[in-house]
Amino acid sequence: MGRFRVLEEIALADLALEIEGDGLDDLFATAARALAELTVDPATLDGRVERRVTLDAPALDLLLYDWLAELIFLKDRDRDIFPEVEVRVTAGTPSRLEATLRGGRIERGATVLHVDPKAPTFHRLAVEPLPAGRWRATVVIDV
Amino acid sequence: MEIRRVADCIWEIPPSAKPGMRVPARIYASEALRAAMDRGVFEQVTNVACLPGIVGAALCMPDGHWGYGFPIGGVAAFRADAGVISPGGIGFDINCGMRLLATRLDEAEVRPRLHELVDGLFRAVPAGVGAEGFVHVTEDELREVMVEGAGWCVRRGYGWPEDVERIESRGRLPWADPAQVSAKAIGRGIDQLGTLGSGNHYLEIQVVRALHDATVARALGVTGPGQVLVMLHCGSRGFGHQVGTDYLRIFVGAMARYGISVNDRELACAPFRSREGQAYFGAMAAAANVAFANRQVITHRVREVVSSVFGRDARDLGLDVVYDVCHNTAKLEQHVVEGAPLDLVVHRKGATRAFGPGHPDVPAAYRAVGQPVIIGGSMETGSALLVGTATAMRETFGSTAHGAGRTMSRHEAKRRVRGDELLRSLEARGIVVRAASRSGVAEEAGFAYKDLDAVVGVLDHLDISHAVASFSPVGNVKG
Repeated sequence: MGRFRVLEEIALADLALEIEGDGLDDLFATAARALAELTVDPATLDGRVERRVTLDAPALDLLLYDWLAELIFLKDRDRDIFPEVEVRVTAGTPSRLEATLRGGRIERGATVLHVDPKAPTFHRLAVEPLPAGRWRATVVIDV
Repeated sequence: MEIRRVADCIWEIPPSAKPGMRVPARIYASEALRAAMDRGVFEQVTNVACLPGIVGAALCMPDGHWGYGFPIGGVAAFRADAGVISPGGIGFDINCGMRLLATRLDEAEVRPRLHELVDGLFRAVPAGVGAEGFVHVTEDELREVMVEGAGWCVRRGYGWPEDVERIESRGRLPWADPAQVSAKAIGRGIDQLGTLGSGNHYLEIQVVRALHDATVARALGVTGPGQVLVMLHCGSRGFGHQVGTDYLRIFVGAMARYGISVNDRELACAPFRSREGQAYFGAMAAAANVAFANRQVITHRVREVVSSVFGRDARDLGLDVVYDVCHNTAKLEQHVVEGAPLDLVVHRKGATRAFGPGHPDVPAAYRAVGQPVIIGGSMETGSALLVGTATAMRETFGSTAHGAGRTMSRHEAKRRVRGDELLRSLEARGIVVRAASRSGVAEEAGFAYKDLDAVVGVLDHLDISHAVASFSPVGNVKG
């Protein structure tokens, strides 16, 4: 199971995250969970929403940028937040992500709101392998 | 890193401090403010000093803190003919800015109706994640907004004709090009016209605390202690965020074609005159115009609510726009460099334009005193009104600070105080807050920001801006 923590010393007004996962799939799934939990209390979302997403990017860090950007886009366009995702990431040229997103809709007055992510940034953006097949990512999100 | 004091409240990092620096980095701060700046400021402002075509120095204002790419409080000017444009030097919230409305009400009249007023504003101006705006537009209408900015709103009845005269660039950047805006940006922003956002965005009822220059204050419509004002801080919402997201990604891929390398990919840039540079410049202006429109329709809502609460016509209540300033933009401006006028692309990231008296881009009504500069503080400590100066034109490309500047992370602020606890404390001190997010309130606690008076003190001391008035909050709506 992946984990994430907020790096408080970086970019004071924004949200710097360090994310670790048991493999690339878990890393990208954990990034989605982190984004959802920092945006709202997922238990207070309305209904069930499911969506499929496929993305291609020339490198893994660009794929992470595109992944977070897509989730933020869906948050604004549809008001949907996806705490649970099944992700399959294939590293290569290009790297590919295929995901099934599950979550719910923001219900004004009922959903507990936290921060409103605006965009992922390239400041300190990194995706790197760790021993034993684990992966780590660093990303600063503008909030 | 070598940081040397070159004059009172002016610090410089020489080009020898980092490989690739083309100009010095200059930081405007008192000893205490400089000492409190995090190390990211110095790293980032020196990275900016490495960008192609930069002129003079990479600047950081006294509210500076560690951002992404540029420091917050960052100003940099690039030659239009041989320099770059960088989306990271503007930020994702394109034309985030401040608007100030005056009123003819005083604190004694407003206090008894304060809860009703703040509740009314909270209902009328949606805030927080997932908020939907009250102005419903089609895609074609949104494209009109991209081109016309605040003027579109006035044409549709959301405002008074004279409002646009008191907005930076008259509420419209004329080089906006909707053709350079993605379908995603339109899809993301189409429902958000008239929303406040979250984070440090707010709509605030304020009272004049002190006048520092009564003559200039009166020229701006600020009459004296006790007068009630309304201040608004918000930007282009998801529309602008998506424009920034799209173009940053494009620029990261395009840099190799132009032989550009940067120390931080968030500073990804392209020649201003390149295809990518001009496309972004057009899309950014479209987003800036959406932000002007957003603040304009919120102004309309504010007038409706205040008028309803006090049972008087909005014009009778004097709800005039004092001014509206941007603090996340890049603009093509002419400045005197080494004795000759030069066309520059001036990037301001968490920094405000501060044109001095006599400048043709300052509204005629204010031309004798200089462009109003609105600096937002925290919901606990207050805000300030200043004017631009001739010194700013000479020293800072007509730029100044934009706020108090954070001193601690959002998480640290939440560890120190709970949102509900802070709300009770503020209420006990006479500040009524309505927020879409309790945790968001804690993140914006006054102690998370620098001392605004210290920031304004440096600006006034260096004559980068001239202090006019200070305001205290009495009511706040936030996301």
